[in-house]
Amino acid sequence: MQRIETLIDEARHNMTVCNACRYCEGFCPVFPAMERRLTFSREDLNYLANLCHNCSECLYACQYAPPHEFAVNVPKSMAKLRASSYREYAWPGPLARLFDRNGLVSSIALALGMTLILLVAIALNGGLAGLFGARHGGDFYALMPHNVMAGLFGGVALFVVLALAMGFVGFWRESGEGARALFDRGAWRDALSEAASLRHLHGQGDVGCTYPDEYHSHWRRRFHHFTAYGFLLCFAATVTGTFYYYLLGWVAPYELVSLPKLFGIPGGLGLLVGPAGLFYLKLKRDPESGDGRQLGMDMAFIALLWLSALSGLLLMLFRESSALGLLLVIHLGIVLALFVTLPYGKFVHGLYRLGALYRNALERRREGAA
Amino acid sequence: MIVSSLGRPIDKQALTGHDVLVIGGGNAALCAALSARERGASVLLLESAPREVRGGNSSHTRNLRCMHRAPTDVLTDAYLEEEFFEDVWRVTGGNTNEALARYVIRASETCTDWMRGYGVRFQPSLGGTLHLGRTNAFFLGGGKALVNTYYKAAERLGVTIIYQAEAERLVFDGTRFDHALVTLGDEQVRVSAKAVVVASGGFESNLEWLEEAWGPVSRNFLIRGTRFNQGKMLRSLLDNGAKSIGDPTQGHAVAIDARAPKYDGGIVTRVDCVSLGIVVNREGRRFYDEGEDFWPKRYAIWGRLIARQPDQIGYSITDAKAEGRFMPSVFPPERADSLDELAVKLDLPVEALRRTVDEFNAAVQPGHFDHSVLDDCRTQGVTPEKTHWAQRIDTPPFYGYPLRTGITFTYLGAEVDDRARMYMDNGELADNVFLAGEIMAGNILGQGYVAGFGMTIGTVFGRTAGTQAGGYAKSHATD
Repeated sequence: MQRIETLIDEARHNMTVCNACRYCEGFCPVFPAMERRLTFSREDLNYLANLCHNCSECLYACQYAPPHEFAVNVPKSMAKLRASSYREYAWPGPLARLFDRNGLVSSIALALGMTLILLVAIALNGGLAGLFGARHGGDFYALMPHNVMAGLFGGVALFVVLALAMGFVGFWRESGEGARALFDRGAWRDALSEAASLRHLHGQGDVGCTYPDEYHSHWRRRFHHFTAYGFLLCFAATVTGTFYYYLLGWVAPYELVSLPKLFGIPGGLGLLVGPAGLFYLKLKRDPESGDGRQLGMDMAFIALLWLSALSGLLLMLFRESSALGLLLVIHLGIVLALFVTLPYGKFVHGLYRLGALYRNALERRREGAA
Repeated sequence: MIVSSLGRPIDKQALTGHDVLVIGGGNAALCAALSARERGASVLLLESAPREVRGGNSSHTRNLRCMHRAPTDVLTDAYLEEEFFEDVWRVTGGNTNEALARYVIRASETCTDWMRGYGVRFQPSLGGTLHLGRTNAFFLGGGKALVNTYYKAAERLGVTIIYQAEAERLVFDGTRFDHALVTLGDEQVRVSAKAVVVASGGFESNLEWLEEAWGPVSRNFLIRGTRFNQGKMLRSLLDNGAKSIGDPTQGHAVAIDARAPKYDGGIVTRVDCVSLGIVVNREGRRFYDEGEDFWPKRYAIWGRLIARQPDQIGYSITDAKAEGRFMPSVFPPERADSLDELAVKLDLPVEALRRTVDEFNAAVQPGHFDHSVLDDCRTQGVTPEKTHWAQRIDTPPFYGYPLRTGITFTYLGAEVDDRARMYMDNGELADNVFLAGEIMAGNILGQGYVAGFGMTIGTVFGRTAGTQAGGYAKSHATD
């Protein structure tokens, strides 16, 4: 792990060269944002790092990239700085070190651990025999009462939301803007539309981005859309399911033509396709264009998303079989692992990227107004 | 082992027998390779640099100058042939081949569309270059992005590209190119083709040749671009009886930051504050009117001015009034709260610098400073006078940038006609030798420079040379 000062110096060196060159200013918002500044504080650099989408066009276009002695590599230095900024913003502070432990193996171990804890809990409740029988007739809640499940997940969710919100507070505090600056509707409209369309992965001229290598491609953006919208749809399925249960008193399983299913099935399929595609691209990725040490964190998130979708869809397919009990517990274990790691893993990139896009939209609008 | 652009081993036999051999790997060479493919010719391109640093000086460029009759998506207003030609005429002092210059200017009108056809993208003129928005089309991401795009297109279209393949010598049979001797790893290989396009740049990276032309002062020059322009092809063409054009000391030489690396410093080493202050030599004396004209029109004379100073070094001195008025260089200036302290930091004679500044300050006449026009701030009674933007240097902190001569490119080349065919010394045209880019730019630029014109010449003559070479090869298919 490079010391944070070294990362900052490296990023500052890059920005100094970039600011004297400026050939890349048409690629993405990082360079115009850089040009608005003459000096680069640590806070500025964190912001630019989170604004960077790691499309890597500027690396392949750079006349000062290695082997040049100026050794400019903006995407790599931004990626390293971005990862260190996640640790800085993490709440509560001591848990920031979870970022370092976050990897493919540990995430799967965590999912297994969660599954095991649930199994033990069910066993202590005397439900282990029922778990492997077919007596439940496709009824989840015979195995785990709905209130227990909702209470467990509700509690975790509250903590996750709090941790993410506090992380964002840390991010925004660095901007030096007050809380009031967070309420510019126009800037939110710009930022949300850029985020929702992954505007900056389209590339100028809509050629895609240089990922996983120097040849332009749209696949990273497509797979990310599958992933992000799959995630949102699954989330919507959960929310509508909870709504049905508590407010309407409708108990799962729901019909195929019901909101939880209409959200959940395409969402689950999206999460099977998207993360698998991103995983493949990451394996093929040019090591020069990013921070290789983040691969574990990326893969952990990708794997948990994919596994939760897979186990969720299997659960739906085999709900009438005797596998239901075990599948349910495994699925819940995976989802629980996914949830508790949200604030300490790759998921946070969405939060801070959106924040950086918002801040950038704000700066752009002020510049336009000036 | 010799490896092609796609990482496959190359059969040495396969190197020979192409329709068109293109020597060089920059803009002109790539335009030639693509244009020859358009004619259906098989093409072999030899780039002497490794893949990571391919593209020669083109990698450091950012735009090309284009004639246009109406605003386009990347160019404002209009820029017609006459105005374009006048610009060329003025900077070269008339030292140009008018027919060729006009040929390039007219053909430049079609360049951006042709480039787009191969995937080249453009962008609005860069920050700090608004004055070029009318005349010059900027490449999105600069010249390296341009070169990358062309290489991808060439790969796609089946051009065989070999890196680290340095052509050493061309062998002629009378006025006909027969084969090239090429170093590949530790072997030398004979490469023959029906026609050859030589687009391998000038000789500015060849320090011995520079010294031959300039004398020992050239040891203090910095080369702003690639280290691979060794001029071997230029020398070989001249040895084979090509008609030379241009003067070996002519080219593009600017004043750049003395702390820049010997090669490849590129754009970020420029120092843009000369007209905002004074420039002194090692002895602490001024030697030229720093405010003669707008900096973009004058920066290309300062390389030569510095080359004539002792030790070929100069120092740009400004005070707090210049802060934020120019594009930053990659190196921070020396900064001091007094002139004496600045002199010590720059290793200049303290007394002499103080005397120079005192004399200069005393000669500054009252006026209204405006850096965007040729203003009325001038000196009176000091040698040399500063005729515009003269302000007293009296407000700390004081800043100093050391300056050296930075060679961008050279103009010595071989003469061509408007079909890119090379002239021999006896006035005959070579049969199957076509030139493009820096190696023939001296036909049009006898001296001086106008921004972005080198890339225009490279693109137009690259296309012409490729088309002609492809056509020649096709019409001699049975040879």
